[in-house]
Amino acid sequence: MFRKLDTGDEELRFLSRLTQVKGRRTFLTWSGVTIAAVAVGCKADDGLQPSGRSPRGGATEPVDLGTGDFLVLNFAYALEQLEAAFYTQVIASPFSGITDEESSLLDDVRKHELIHREFFKAALGSSAIPALEVDFTDVDFGSRQSVLETARTFEDLGVSAYNGAGKYLENLDYLLVAGKIVSVEARHAAAIRDLLAPKTAAFAGDDVVDEQGLDVVNTPADVFAAADPFITTEIDGSTLPTT
Amino acid sequence: MDRDKKLILDALENPDGLERAVSRRDAVRGGGMFGVGVALATMPVLLASLTRRAFAQGPLPNSIINPLNLALVLEYLESDFYVAGLAASGLIPSSDRAVFEQVSKHEAAHVVFLESVLGDKKARRPTFDPTGRGAFPDVLTNYQTFLAVSQGLEDTGVRAYKGQAGNVASNDDILTAALRIHSVEARHASEIRRLRGQKGWITGNETDVAALAPTYAGEQNTTHLGIDVAGFEGRDAATEAFDEPLDVEAVLAIAGTFGTGPIS
Repeated sequence: MFRKLDTGDEELRFLSRLTQVKGRRTFLTWSGVTIAAVAVGCKADDGLQPSGRSPRGGATEPVDLGTGDFLVLNFAYALEQLEAAFYTQVIASPFSGITDEESSLLDDVRKHELIHREFFKAALGSSAIPALEVDFTDVDFGSRQSVLETARTFEDLGVSAYNGAGKYLENLDYLLVAGKIVSVEARHAAAIRDLLAPKTAAFAGDDVVDEQGLDVVNTPADVFAAADPFITTEIDGSTLPTT
Repeated sequence: MDRDKKLILDALENPDGLERAVSRRDAVRGGGMFGVGVALATMPVLLASLTRRAFAQGPLPNSIINPLNLALVLEYLESDFYVAGLAASGLIPSSDRAVFEQVSKHEAAHVVFLESVLGDKKARRPTFDPTGRGAFPDVLTNYQTFLAVSQGLEDTGVRAYKGQAGNVASNDDILTAALRIHSVEARHASEIRRLRGQKGWITGNETDVAALAPTYAGEQNTTHLGIDVAGFEGRDAATEAFDEPLDVEAVLAIAGTFGTGPIS
């Protein structure tokens, strides 16, 4: 889990409706609707095979994200691990009534996120953080609405993360790679939003794109605070930029 | 094509300096002429603060002006394209209109934003040719053609911004703004594909419209930072998972197709 960082969720327009941290338990709230861990027809850990260990409660040191560009890349790697684990679960335990089109689309997204994850792992090499354990017990994988809304959250969060972290990458080759990935995350976000509200303005809604036509952006620290409730492995996020 | 490219290049290299009687910095300081002052006063606070920061170190260097003007020319074309499409009677079905109104709103906002950042260094607006020099003669009467051209323009925009990110990286505020426009273009591109019955991402360098081939050239790349990602989940997914940049020359070649005629 996250430590040594004040969660600045309240400041975040994008995240304000999203997380309520209650001790170590977290519930996603959507417009007043609480998605609790009342999985319908599946257990949250069905099919999910986290490869990390479980430092929770142990004496293991928190994961060190590194410094400089590696800090940013490990931050992205952590997010991609989270997304990959989520879509792996989505495909392993499809929600009730999933259509062939939805299944195909979500499986594509799963592949993309897995590729992003494996890419960062390879690029970071010995500087890579370990595989993270994740916790989706508060997502109802049997519910289309719960899955797609969580997917929307992760994709928008990913877009905001890359948009906010780009300026911290000193190596322009890394910046280019981040650019290659963020537009795919944005494509995902739009497609997921289109599944939730087809043929409306939602794909690039006013909740994420401002009046100047600029997409959502968040600081690395704020992104991590939002992602952290889904990550069991303790990570030291204190070095992530807060501006 | 060469002539059109030259016209766009000309627009990039010779911004219309006569349009504004005062420099942006004078206006920001409050000493501007009446018209510019009014325009600035109505700008959102965020933009005003961005502009001030962007200009805090003096005029923008050409190394940043040129990439921003490349973006502006594309935004001009996109903005004009959607205005024309929404105005064309019977073109966009009512079921899809909300999507294009949103896209059009964003492209117009991008024009305003980039013009504001560039001030008197902004490129001149090219005259828009929605048919792409005749490649898409029914673009404003056949909805499927309109969708195809829309997808091409959006994907070109995504690739253009991506290719220029490194060139504006010396200015954090401008880089972040460019990245934020970049992802909006990607949202657009995805949604247009959805309207066309596709998924939202680019597989290989595939396109179902031959005339759009230049927009997808090189998208089949699977090697990034020396790492070939084709082995993880198959080659198709590997190409979809990473969007590729386009260089200035390639963007100008595409933009020149739609920005024909005398530049006013």
